Amino acid sequence: MNRKGPRLGEPASLWRMRIVPIACVMLASALPLMLPLIANSPVLPPIGLLFFLCWQLLRTEMWPVWIGLPLGLWDDLFSGAPIGTAAGLWTLASIAIAYSSQRIYWRGFFHDWAIAALLVAAIQSLAALITHPGADAAHMLGLVVPQIVVSVLLVPLFMRLTGKFDNFRLKRR
Amino acid sequence: MVRPAHRRPGQSRKAQYSLFVAYVIAVTGAVAGLLLAILSVADPVGFAQLRIASQELTAPIARGTRSVIGSISGIDDSVGAYVAAGSQNRRLRKELADTRRQLVATSSLQEENRQLKALLKLQQTDKTALANGYLLTSTSTSSKRIALLSIGRNLGVAAGQPVRGADGLIGRVLTAGPSVSQVLLLTDVDNMVPVRRARDGLPALASGRGNGDLDVRTLNIANNPFKPGDILVTSGTGGLYPPNIPVAIVVRRQNDGALARPLADPGKVDAVAVLRPYTPDNIEAAGRPGPATPPAPATAP
Repeated sequence: MNRKGPRLGEPASLWRMRIVPIACVMLASALPLMLPLIANSPVLPPIGLLFFLCWQLLRTEMWPVWIGLPLGLWDDLFSGAPIGTAAGLWTLASIAIAYSSQRIYWRGFFHDWAIAALLVAAIQSLAALITHPGADAAHMLGLVVPQIVVSVLLVPLFMRLTGKFDNFRLKRR
Repeated sequence: MVRPAHRRPGQSRKAQYSLFVAYVIAVTGAVAGLLLAILSVADPVGFAQLRIASQELTAPIARGTRSVIGSISGIDDSVGAYVAAGSQNRRLRKELADTRRQLVATSSLQEENRQLKALLKLQQTDKTALANGYLLTSTSTSSKRIALLSIGRNLGVAAGQPVRGADGLIGRVLTAGPSVSQVLLLTDVDNMVPVRRARDGLPALASGRGNGDLDVRTLNIANNPFKPGDILVTSGTGGLYPPNIPVAIVVRRQNDGALARPLADPGKVDAVAVLRPYTPDNIEAAGRPGPATPPAPATAP
């Protein structure tokens, strides 16, 4: 610890740069099971997934493309979906984001929003279908539609929050 | 505007390989993850311990937030109660007088019923609750309706035990951990409960819709016999849920049955009781020669 204050050109703490995004997503995944809310339907947006997508849209090169495996597995422990659902779907989402960042060279705000909306809708619908394979598919999709609409509307907010966390992550000492 | 990604690694062989390896890991991992998901749908017990262990971690925080905030969903009710207090008071007094009269009539029937049952020597276990706890929290981001119960194996809770609140059935224990356990709520799509109509004993099956309501279907093929206001109670068929626990009230008729609303709202219930399974397999095994078959759990295949 330098008592005299930051030296010129000194980079941010390497540990903080690595831990902040991962801790953010992990905490967001576990958060619904820390609130005293007994839900009768999927009422909360998938907070962990939204942070996961926003971090990748904001900092495309920060994580390797397989980061969805460990983070998805962690989310599976808390979401109630069968173990492996998010691990698989989140990794496919990372691949999709990596691909889109090659195709769309200068991504803007609305590109990011559209990509996040599309991925949230696809992941939540597929997860519902995987969770209840015997149930009527149309009914299961109808069940997650309100959640998807709320999540899509919340994407800009989560983008802002991710930006705030990113500022903290890269802050000089 | 996000800075374009430099995905092309250039001439460096090492960078090219590491990017390639990352993609290989990601694709095989995604496929393996989805296979694992299918596997854990087929065999949910295998990974249950892993999940309950992780929820032991968050349970202390859930206990803390619950004691600070209370149950969030009760707020609208307490506001509404002040508004409707006067008219509600009159109505409740009238209902109380009616109920007292009915109670006197019922108590004699109950006594008679008890004597008849003693004569029949019905094979059933102790009806008192095994343990009492409260619902801490629940999954709220996925289509699975699982709640976390504040007690676990430390108080004798085990998988497969029915859980009820004061108003009616809540669900059944899915997995029991050391100090918390998971409860599959009545409204989950995979939870199926054998019920009968309280009025005449018409047998039916109630299954969750995943949005707080229940689908009720009759077992015999007849024209739709349900009317709004019919009360459904557990029938005891299948040997998991004890009979005569209130389950739901019919709200609307449908093409192939009826739409019902559970009588006990898990979001508003304060304390819940964990009951013994109606006919545990040890009793069945004693009464039946040959290999014992476990009691058929009331789940969808």
